[in-house]
Amino acid sequence: MSTPLYAALSRPGPASFFNFTFLPKYATYFVNGVLNTLLLSIFSVLLAVIPALLLALMRLSKNRLIRGISGAYIAVFRSTPMLVQLSIIYFGLFNAIKIPNIVIFGFLRLNQFIPFVVALSLNSSAYVAEIFRAGILAVDSGQMEAARSLGLSQWQGMRLIVLPQAIKNILPALANEVVTMVKESSICSSYGCMELMWAAKTTAGATMISLGPYVLIAAIYFAINYPASKAIEAVERRMRRGDKQ
Amino acid sequence: MIELRDVSKVYQIGEERVRALDHASLHVRPHEFVSVIGPSGSGKSTLMNIIGCLDTADAGEYLLDGTPIEAYTENELARVRNIKIGFVFQSFNLISKLSAEENVELPLIYQGVRTSERRERVRQALAKVGLEHRSKHLPTELSGGQQQRVAIARALVTRPSLILADEPTGNLDSHTGGEIMDMFAELHEQGNTIVLITHDNDIARRAKRVVHILDGRLTEVTL
Repeated sequence: MSTPLYAALSRPGPASFFNFTFLPKYATYFVNGVLNTLLLSIFSVLLAVIPALLLALMRLSKNRLIRGISGAYIAVFRSTPMLVQLSIIYFGLFNAIKIPNIVIFGFLRLNQFIPFVVALSLNSSAYVAEIFRAGILAVDSGQMEAARSLGLSQWQGMRLIVLPQAIKNILPALANEVVTMVKESSICSSYGCMELMWAAKTTAGATMISLGPYVLIAAIYFAINYPASKAIEAVERRMRRGDKQ
Repeated sequence: MIELRDVSKVYQIGEERVRALDHASLHVRPHEFVSVIGPSGSGKSTLMNIIGCLDTADAGEYLLDGTPIEAYTENELARVRNIKIGFVFQSFNLISKLSAEENVELPLIYQGVRTSERRERVRQALAKVGLEHRSKHLPTELSGGQQQRVAIARALVTRPSLILADEPTGNLDSHTGGEIMDMFAELHEQGNTIVLITHDNDIARRAKRVVHILDGRLTEVTL
C-alpha cells in the first residue's frame, strides 16, 4: 500500500478528504458509535409506538378537548427544532431525574443513552401519531360502519377490524421513521451521547483531522440508510401487489 | 316494532348547525316493508343511523321492540345492533380479508353461537341468497351483486327482528339491482320486517308503504 496514490490521499493535512489515518487508533469510537446510533433510533421509534397510537386515536376522537390535547402535542413537537426539544428535556427533565452511570453490554452508558431515547421518542411520537392517523383514515369508513352494525362497539371495531387493516399502511412508514431517526439522532452528539456523530467530532478534535472523520460517518450513515430504504420500498411494493390479486 | 316519537337530531358542522331530523315520528309494525325516500341531504342517513342504533337522538323517544334505547350505553347499543338488526349497506361493507362465509359467520361469533350451529346457519343463509357455491371466495373475487347478496346473508344470519337497508342497489346496475329488490320482496313475504332507505322512486315503490323525508321531516305518501 505504498503507492504514490495512497500516499497522496492519506498525507496528513487538515482538509484531506480521504485522510483516514486516525482509524487504527479510533476505530472503536466508530464501532460503538454505529451501535449507539442504531440502538438509539430503533428504541426511540419502538418506544414512540404506544404514545403515538394513543395520540392518533385521541386525534380521531369525537371529543373536542381530547382532540385538542393531542393536536397541541403534535403541533408543539413538529413546530420546534429537535435540538431545542432535546435541550429542554436534557436540562429540564433529566436534571430532576438522575440516571445512574452504568455501562451495559460494554458500550451502552445508561446516563448518556436514556435521556436521548426519551427525547427522541417524545419527538418521534408526534410524527408517528400522524403516520397512524393517516393509516387509520386510509381504511374505508365502511369497515367501521360494518363492524358497528354487526354488534361491535366503536373501540372493538377499531381494535378488531380497522387497526389490523391499517397496519399494512403503517408498517412501511414506521420503518422509514427509523431511517429518519438514524439521521436525526446525530443531534444527540451535542450533549455527549456517544453515537456516530460524536465519534467523528471527538476524533476530529483529538487528531486535528477535521474532514476525514465526517467523510467516514457520512459513508456509514449512507451504508445503513440507503439499503434500508430500498428494502422498505421492496416490501411495500410486494404488499401492494398482494392487495390486487 | 319501531316507534319514533318527535325525534330530533342536530349536527354542528363547523359554524353551522344542521337540523338533520326535525320532530320525526314513524311507526313500523312487525312484518311491514317500509321504504323511506328522500333526496340527498334530507336526513335519510341520520334516520338510518338512529333506527339502526348506530347513533342516538338529541330529543324525542325511540322504542325498539317496546324498549326505549336512549338510555343505553355504547356497549349495550352494540348488543342491540348485533341481536335485533340486520344491516345492508350501499357499498356492501364486507370485511375485505374474510371469505364470504367468514363474513356471514362474524355476527354469530360475536353472539357466542356454538361452532357447529354457526356452520349450519351460515350454510343456510348463503343458500338463501343463492351463493353456497361461492362461500370460500374473498369479497374482491365476487361481483357487486354477489357481494350484496353476501351482505344480505350476513344481515339474515342472526334472524334479526328488523332488516335495515341503506340504498342497497345504489352501487349496482339496474338489472342486478332488480334482482336484489326481488330478494327483499321475497324476504318480506317470508315474514321479515324491512326498512329500506333510498332516493329512487322505482325502488321505493317496491315496498308496501312509502314514507317521504325532506329537511328532516317525515310524511306518509301514496305512490
